[in-house]
Amino acid sequence: MDFDLMITSLPKLLSAAVITLKLLSASLIIGLFIGFLFAVLRLNKNPFINKFAYGYSYLFRGTPLLVQIFIIYYGLGQIEWLRSTFLWVILKEPYWCAIIAFALNTGAYTSEILRSAFQTIKPGIIEAGKSLGISNKIILYKIQIPVAIRQSLPAYGNEIILMMKGTSLASTVTLMDITGVAKHIVSTTYKPLEVFLLAGGIYLFMTFIIHNLIKYLEKKYSFQ
Amino acid sequence: MDLLTFGKTGWGDELFYATLMTVAVAVTAMLIGFLFSLIFTPLKLSNNKFLNFIGNTYTTVIRGVPELLVIYLFFFGGSGAIMYVASIFGYFEYIEINAFITGSVAIGIISGAYSTEVFRGAIQSIDKGQFEAAKVLGVSKFVQFYKIILPQMLRLAIPNLSNVWQITLKDTSLISVTGLVEIMRQSYIAAGSTRDPLFFYCFAAVLYLMLTFLSMKLINRLEVKYSRGF
Repeated sequence: MDFDLMITSLPKLLSAAVITLKLLSASLIIGLFIGFLFAVLRLNKNPFINKFAYGYSYLFRGTPLLVQIFIIYYGLGQIEWLRSTFLWVILKEPYWCAIIAFALNTGAYTSEILRSAFQTIKPGIIEAGKSLGISNKIILYKIQIPVAIRQSLPAYGNEIILMMKGTSLASTVTLMDITGVAKHIVSTTYKPLEVFLLAGGIYLFMTFIIHNLIKYLEKKYSFQ
Repeated sequence: MDLLTFGKTGWGDELFYATLMTVAVAVTAMLIGFLFSLIFTPLKLSNNKFLNFIGNTYTTVIRGVPELLVIYLFFFGGSGAIMYVASIFGYFEYIEINAFITGSVAIGIISGAYSTEVFRGAIQSIDKGQFEAAKVLGVSKFVQFYKIILPQMLRLAIPNLSNVWQITLKDTSLISVTGLVEIMRQSYIAAGSTRDPLFFYCFAAVLYLMLTFLSMKLINRLEVKYSRGF
């Protein structure tokens, strides 16, 4: 074990962790919007809208994240007319391509989590609201949504951790996140064990923090 | 469609064999994962604090670190580690490990962490009375596990194992970074030589969708089989 190398690469890996966190937070925020939208579409009675939302979630949950990134980063650049639109400003940047892929991916999983949370709300809660004369709109905003959010916290916590691990794929499209920097250091020092273990330790620490944060939120918003 | 013809001009046969390779890696990794969960599930359920710690460390660390990093560690670190062990025994030649083996072992260790959690949950949710009844009837430990616990556990575990299988199948795409020619790597090669990445990566997505769809159908049958009588 080369401990000197570990000490000198720690600051490089930590500054790369900022990029990992940026990728993670941007894709989670966009993904939450997408997930919420598609969860509502899934619960729609219209079979066409319903099937469309199911198709989206099936497509993104049934294929590897790596394929999704490659289609967006390498594939979309091939379409001629796309290159002349303003979208090209975004799509030529690997950073934004990675965020789009991650957001679409986590959006699909989030929509499933939120949908099942909405479906498992006990009808008694809604009926109680109705019998108290509360309007449908307030029932949705003050009862259904808060209960659904509380219900989906544990599953969403897992999704955040899965997404954090997923951001390591950004290194395949030349981004210098933790994994990207680790690989770069290894390619110049030929000491894979030390560097990758250190990078793994940083990821593990982040998992630990997210895990405890979700646990704290679960406790804070428990029904007791 | 010319791009997908079989033979020298198209990429159809190459992609077909690549799909078989993906399935081979996924199945091998899943089996290696089962071996790992065979070791680590008893550790996680053990009353011994030290054994328990080992079991928990395995599942926590593997599930908390990106799959890609585990694969890099095995691919770049694996041959170095083996050469180090070999050097202790006086063997100093360069040893290269096969990409299929490194890949399957790396994915297998990841898959094992997930299936360990599934088996632990399934065993823990079997009614305590079942263990006690077996004890009262004087059933041996082996028969108790094989005839009483295992069938009930499988029924509870199969739906979650199907999730682990899906994760494992999708994780095999990461093996492409090691150069093993599975769906992702073959699409990368084809995309590079035809300059048509959009088509080939979309086709790769279709292949993965097909694999996940077919395996879901198969697993549903298993689920029906093991839920008889419930």
